[in-house]
Amino acid sequence: MVVAVAEESRGADHARPWIEQAKSDYWQLIDTEHRLEDLYNLVNVPQAIWIDEQGKIVRPPETAGSTDHFRGMDLKTRTMSPKAQEERLAARQAYMDAVRAWVTTGKHALPEDEARANLPKVTPEIAAAHAHFRLGLWLRANGRAAEGDLQMAEASRLHPDSWSLWRQAADLDEVGKASGPAFWKRVQDLGERPYYPPPKL
Amino acid sequence: MTKILAPLAEFDVPVRDGLWMSPVDAEKVTGWTLKPEGMCRDYLCVPLPEQALGTNEVDVAAFWKKLGGPVVSSERRDVWALGAPAQDRNAALEGLDAPDFTLPDVDGTPRTLSQLKGKKVFLATWASW
Repeated sequence: MVVAVAEESRGADHARPWIEQAKSDYWQLIDTEHRLEDLYNLVNVPQAIWIDEQGKIVRPPETAGSTDHFRGMDLKTRTMSPKAQEERLAARQAYMDAVRAWVTTGKHALPEDEARANLPKVTPEIAAAHAHFRLGLWLRANGRAAEGDLQMAEASRLHPDSWSLWRQAADLDEVGKASGPAFWKRVQDLGERPYYPPPKL
Repeated sequence: MTKILAPLAEFDVPVRDGLWMSPVDAEKVTGWTLKPEGMCRDYLCVPLPEQALGTNEVDVAAFWKKLGGPVVSSERRDVWALGAPAQDRNAALEGLDAPDFTLPDVDGTPRTLSQLKGKKVFLATWASW
């Protein structure tokens, strides 16, 4: 069973066009408060967690099929080279194949100690960042956008590795801003570090 | 009334000087009950610092910090958020039981992860932004 969760503070109607286009028969949930990211210590989309029949995590949060090829994009034409596109699609296919193999044969599920070792640790700063973000959302939703933005900026300061908190705040400020010049500057500042760490399959 | 965004719900409660409130409201907001031993939940009691206890009132901000949870407020201090303590999140994840949650689907129907026990679940996030 697929459970797809939209980390979407603008709400269901904002996510609806994508969901309708997907024509899915699985759950399509709306997480306006980014609650799942708080519970599972997520930092970006798409991320996935694999959960077995007993409700146990068998693969902790990992990048779900996306790659860093977009970083080599020509920003004027917004296109990638054919080679980059090919590699990107191949990586996505490999991840989808891994998910299917797990469903049918159990392959790729990690032993407990390995699953545990691969969990990203929640720090007090990360916990505080989620509290600031939630407060920021409430303030924004109640006509106090400037105050809300301060809380969200504090959330990103405390948890700079979370692209979700930063990009959602940018999107709430203005649709499109989450992939605007400030986003690209932030991506460039990663240097050698990945935006989408590849899953270890 | 002060708005408090607690981990599982939102509350409007009368407070003074931060988050001093009645033990009844403290229990409503935190899920912990004031007893002579301290703040208690199930079989666990956390002693309260002396300065966090008044005559028929409790400093919930001090208690929550003692639990290790973040306490943040708006500049006007009329809206507060109590976050889950980092060590609670880590302990829950390290147990490897997938933390349960209920979220609405696109039509508003609440869906709970644990309803899917017995099936493999590929839990994935996405966003429009």
